[in-house]
Amino acid sequence: MVEFRHVDKSFGALTVLRGVDVRVRPGRITALVGPNAAGKTTLIKCLMGLVVPDAGDIFVDGVAVRGTAAYRDRIGYMVQVARFPDNLSLREVLDLVKDLRGRPATLEDLLLGLFALEPFLHRPVRVLSGGTRQKVGAVLAMMFDPEILVLDEPTASLDPLASRRQKDRILEERARGKTVLLASHSLAELEEVFDQLVFLLDGRVCFDGTPEELRELARERRLDRAIARLMEASGS
Amino acid sequence: MRAFSRLARYSLTDLARSWWIAAYALFFAATTSTLLYFGEEPAQAVASVLSLVLIVIPLVSVIFGLTHLYGSRDFVELLLAQPVDRRSVFWGQYAGLSLALALAYVVGILGPFFWYGLENAADAGTLAVLLAAGTLLTFTFVGLAALVSVLTDNRMKALGGAVALWLYFAVVYDGLLLIVMILFQSYPLERPLLGLVLLNPLDLARVLVLLRLDVAALMGYTGAVFQSFFGSAWGVALALVSLAGWAAGPAVVAARVYRRKDF
Repeated sequence: MVEFRHVDKSFGALTVLRGVDVRVRPGRITALVGPNAAGKTTLIKCLMGLVVPDAGDIFVDGVAVRGTAAYRDRIGYMVQVARFPDNLSLREVLDLVKDLRGRPATLEDLLLGLFALEPFLHRPVRVLSGGTRQKVGAVLAMMFDPEILVLDEPTASLDPLASRRQKDRILEERARGKTVLLASHSLAELEEVFDQLVFLLDGRVCFDGTPEELRELARERRLDRAIARLMEASGS
Repeated sequence: MRAFSRLARYSLTDLARSWWIAAYALFFAATTSTLLYFGEEPAQAVASVLSLVLIVIPLVSVIFGLTHLYGSRDFVELLLAQPVDRRSVFWGQYAGLSLALALAYVVGILGPFFWYGLENAADAGTLAVLLAAGTLLTFTFVGLAALVSVLTDNRMKALGGAVALWLYFAVVYDGLLLIVMILFQSYPLERPLLGLVLLNPLDLARVLVLLRLDVAALMGYTGAVFQSFFGSAWGVALALVSLAGWAAGPAVVAARVYRRKDF
């Protein structure tokens, strides 16, 4: 299980996270949602060790992760903007990450096929479109078959077919017992996927529960309307 | 260590295929060839190449270094999300970048010298000092670029800072030195000057190469003092250690900041 406890983070005068407490349940898909600049990516980056929290702790299976690196072997991370060294081929980028992990990528061929990336394997990464680079990001996150998947805007820039396949893949990972944490600014895009919803607003957790609980709380059937209600109630 | 060497290798492979690095090597090859073709002896060419090295290497290293470091930020995020420590990622990238630039320089200079042939062993020694000085300057200024890049996320501010650093070492420092020499001209300044030279990697590289070219006599009494100091084994060792310190120093400080940097 992944747990954030009282996580605070400021960048200079800008406070981004204010005492965030979130528990990501094992074997479930948790969606971090919120408007732009709500703190979703910063929270995820804190988990991945990319951003150092000012206060608070993050635990993976009860062990604090601050200052350590080994726990990341159990996590597959899909970055929001996937960019790679211009002059390496896709094959070389995949090999580099495999070299760093020091173990075989058991799902590599399956995922390359799923996202139709085989034709690009020996091309320089600089010629790939934004959407294709996002697919590469998805492959890199999932190819080691990690226990935990952390996906930042997993369907952004993807065409409808790739987006469909990505969502199906996420559901399949849950069926295989994986824990998934994903961030999205668009609730509608991932509504069919997640089990648990964490709504962040101005760096605070405004809601943490199931979609049904949110609908009940806001007395709205549609989730986007329910979220809008929450935002109104918070004075945004 | 494994992660470091792999990252350095991949970074070097990436940059070795870059047109910019090829153009950089070609630039040195073309100018060195021209100087060797029109010059009377290799020593003259070394002196002319030195002037070029002291301007071009710092400027290209710091600007290309910064552009590359900012351009690879998104990829660095992906690397840091792997089970590797930050130190390996920083030093791997720094080594790959510095080595790519240094190799382009060495190949660009060495190629024409081999093509035209070296006249005697003494020239080979001078050439080796020129190559070593240029290589150490490359590491120094890539280190300064790394330092600027970890201190600010604002590219324009970083670029301004980098150019200011280059101006300081290439122009302003010598200007200040000149003012000190004029103000204190009635005092014996040779020894303090020796110390002040150690504080600027460009002056250090210049003195190291020039003193091998037998032009110290043109520099008067100061030249004689420098010759006796940097001509001795102890002096050369101190100069090389200082230059190596410059090559490592900014990168070591940058690595410390990098450990706690937010991406």
